[in-house]
Amino acid sequence: MERAPGMMMPARFEETDRGESDVMEIQMGPSHPASHGTIKFNLRLDGETILDVDVEIGYLHRGFEKMCEQGTWNHCIPYADRLNYASPILNNVGFALAVEALAGIECPERAQYIRVIGGEISRITDHLTCLGMAASEIGAISAGFYMIEARELLYDLVEAITGARLTVTYCRLGGVVKDLPSDMRERTTAALGHTRHVMDDCEKLLARNRIFLDRMSGVGVIPRAQALDAGLTGPLLRATGVSYDVRKAYPYLLYDRFDFDVPIGTSGDNLDRFNVRFAEIRQSMRIVEQAMAQLPDGPIIADDPRFVLPPKPQVYGSIEGLMNHFKLVIEGQKVPPGEVYTCTEGGNGELGFYLVSDGSGRPYRVRVRPPCFYAMGALGEMLKGAMVADIITTFGQINMIGGECDR
Amino acid sequence: MTPDAIVAHVTRLLPGATAAPADLVRGQAVVLVPREGILAGLRRLRDDPDLSFDLLSDLTCVDYLGREPRFEIVYQLSSLAWRHRLRLKVPVPGHDPTVASVTPLWRAADWAEREVYDLFGITFTGHPDLRRILLYPEFEGHPLRKDYPVDRRHPLVPERDPIVQPWLPRREGR
Repeated sequence: MERAPGMMMPARFEETDRGESDVMEIQMGPSHPASHGTIKFNLRLDGETILDVDVEIGYLHRGFEKMCEQGTWNHCIPYADRLNYASPILNNVGFALAVEALAGIECPERAQYIRVIGGEISRITDHLTCLGMAASEIGAISAGFYMIEARELLYDLVEAITGARLTVTYCRLGGVVKDLPSDMRERTTAALGHTRHVMDDCEKLLARNRIFLDRMSGVGVIPRAQALDAGLTGPLLRATGVSYDVRKAYPYLLYDRFDFDVPIGTSGDNLDRFNVRFAEIRQSMRIVEQAMAQLPDGPIIADDPRFVLPPKPQVYGSIEGLMNHFKLVIEGQKVPPGEVYTCTEGGNGELGFYLVSDGSGRPYRVRVRPPCFYAMGALGEMLKGAMVADIITTFGQINMIGGECDR
Repeated sequence: MTPDAIVAHVTRLLPGATAAPADLVRGQAVVLVPREGILAGLRRLRDDPDLSFDLLSDLTCVDYLGREPRFEIVYQLSSLAWRHRLRLKVPVPGHDPTVASVTPLWRAADWAEREVYDLFGITFTGHPDLRRILLYPEFEGHPLRKDYPVDRRHPLVPERDPIVQPWLPRREGR
């Protein structure tokens, strides 16, 4: 194809001799109705076959890491909600665990259970979002709506725990901010019972659905070695058959006390990714139920005046409490100098936080290891040779969350 | 291997490698390595059967403004086979912010290095396609550097004609 004068291509696009056929250049996005997420694909097509694709991200870059350096450690927690907004409690927990490791705070047992419960409920909502969207994008609208309905019930549960559906800001250094509601047990049983029904229905709708299987199986394949090479983690890596789950590999919180399986796939295609996430929802429900059964009584936040705000009666009733409050709010928590990297299993894989403290009340550096950033890096490889319509299913199974990928 | 054993093994394997001060790393395995020969060194760590760091978990940078060497490139290595981790830090001077790219070892480094280039202005020699990733090509400066003011405003860039110039030319490393 003739090029307009002065037009240059990124180095990745190599000119290939396509003989008679015309190579078409198309930009898909940044706001395409079928891609849930603001992202641009610069495609080179031969008919409907993708010869090459350059993935452009960054449309949702809000400077998370720079903003975290401006406030105190607690100021970062609302920002952390807005990383993966499909599972905000998981981000909260990940960040809080990293700061606690750096500061050497021990979180009370009840708070750890609450974090596990909130986190696993969030993982279910994250997976339901991904799967429901993936199903409805290829025409299985009813399965999509059923999953979104179940997700709403779980969001109600999240709202009952935290007071908000998405912007939860639930964790604090050393614990959580509110205790579970008194009727948590009944609410959880009801919500999980309904979710189980929905999962069974959706399995019947999709597991032997010819159109669904044709669109998903054998599409977006990435072999095991390449997946590792590209830094994939979470359901995407497990779909290739690697049993790597941070909850099992490097147990944190109380995950070594619960009995759950790590579902894995075999071929690393979109169907395997779908099935792994589907199975993980059931495993997360098992964890929530076990945690609810074991839930002990006790404090929900550590008693550590260096890092934890005093209870309000003390702030309003005593000069020591008032001073403690002001010092923590204005100067921030004096986390000792040092650095730490901790990782948790986020909705999309290994969610890591690398924190550097210089001993002042503010973070010196906050780095998030966003799992879907690395998955998006491998997307170009997965799409090469596929059809245009396969972009939708593959991108859907990557489950890019703009807030996390672009930060 | 325990973190101490990993650090001892790595300092034996790599010439010039030193363990990071123990009071700053909270019991994690952290090693400082000079930037000369970093590619060969990391290849050794990846292929060593006792370490086998098959997953590059993360690659990032920290700007210690006012200290020399100013930057530190941070590699979070992880081994799925052994379930252990190592953090490798490479000091990079502020007057010459370049370091060898590790894309030949892990493809995961491709986008991670582009991000560090974008936000810190570190040039990775040997990277196949080093251009901005999160910010737009006309953006000036590198916002995660400590001397970049947080409230700095940028002018709107002129609209591009998507037909005449669908993709912007790749910028040479600055």
